[in-house]
Amino acid sequence: MSTETTAIEVKKPAEALLSKRRKGLVTDPLVDSNPVTIQVLGICSALAVTTQMQPTLIMAISVTFVVVMSNIVISLMRNTIPTRVRIIVQLAVVATLVTLVSELLKAFAYDMYKELSVFVGLIITNCIVMGRLEAFALGNKPYDSMLDGLGSSLGYSWIILAVAFFRELFGSGSIFGIKIFDAIAGLFGEDFSLATNGLMVTPVGAFIILGLIIWVQRTKTGYVEH
Amino acid sequence: MELFNLGIRSIFIDNMIFAYFLGMCSYLAVSKKVTTAIGLGAAVIFVLTVTVPANWLLNEYVLKEGALSWAGDTFATIDLSFLRFIMFIAIVAAITQLVEMIVEKFAPALYGALGIFLPLIAVNCAILGAALFMAQRDYTLAEATVYGFSSGIGWLLAIVALAAIREKLKYSNVPNGLKGLGITMLLTGLMGIAFMSFMGIDL
Repeated sequence: MSTETTAIEVKKPAEALLSKRRKGLVTDPLVDSNPVTIQVLGICSALAVTTQMQPTLIMAISVTFVVVMSNIVISLMRNTIPTRVRIIVQLAVVATLVTLVSELLKAFAYDMYKELSVFVGLIITNCIVMGRLEAFALGNKPYDSMLDGLGSSLGYSWIILAVAFFRELFGSGSIFGIKIFDAIAGLFGEDFSLATNGLMVTPVGAFIILGLIIWVQRTKTGYVEH
Repeated sequence: MELFNLGIRSIFIDNMIFAYFLGMCSYLAVSKKVTTAIGLGAAVIFVLTVTVPANWLLNEYVLKEGALSWAGDTFATIDLSFLRFIMFIAIVAAITQLVEMIVEKFAPALYGALGIFLPLIAVNCAILGAALFMAQRDYTLAEATVYGFSSGIGWLLAIVALAAIREKLKYSNVPNGLKGLGITMLLTGLMGIAFMSFMGIDL
């Protein structure tokens, strides 16, 4: 028994639970290789829900859950999936998880379920999910895959929350439903009453806000696309 | 007339890209050249026209509450609509695979043009999105077919227009951070404003 353990230790010392490489798996996708602004993934279903903070937060949590769980499941199955049918297997796993999320929302947050409508289902075709499964989970161990999924989905979450912040603030004059603009007008008098911009609530506002966020973010990281 | 109205609405007002952000990934990735954009757009029209009615049949006769009543009274109360996501995506993946095989066998020239795009389309949000909207809005079979076809046309219109602009954009001096994705998002926003002028059209 003792010889066995020493043999393993000689071959390769166990990696720390939060080694530098593993921290990198989580922190890199936040800024330097952000899935939305740098890798151009997962813009599809995300923007439609960003008119307000609250549904966006629910969406971000749902996507995080699906990405992390599907990464773990696929990583556990990675040695048994035949390469030819891997897309179908991935789709089946992801669709099952999304169905789970959708049923949970229906049971515990029916208003949110109604508001997000088809966009919960569209998490299935969110490119981040499939992208991470293809690029990482198929070739790595479950714990690493979990960290990678967590990093990517957090990178995605802060971008859509930022878009939602500006769209709700300028479009409806509120944050999480709290009326900021009205409060400012009440505090400093009617001269300070700010007008809301109707364009922000329309899809056009989302495109422009995201375009500007990408601009700022890429200027800071110095990433240039050719 | 109702159907024609629905077609016009799906192309211009409820445009897949400008109103619902569906299919953005391939829209951004494959819009660098007009010819490839047309190829992908045509493939999307084709797949949407086939999959939306196919999913309609599945939804109407298997998944909807009480849809199984044709199989006897014991099945009449079964509601399988929670299986919608997994069944719809399976149908979409199967049909794109089938279409790819058929096109490869019988129209090699067309396969050369569309072939590489077909596997990509299986995970295009626009296809699944159209199927889910169809189920949510309770369309009839005729409406579902028209909706699928005209949504595809709207998507083609958007991607070809963007590809044409991006071809011209090669000659302009864009700030470094805005190159590529950034300027494309801003352009899409401006195109969206143009499409907003169709709002309220009712035939």
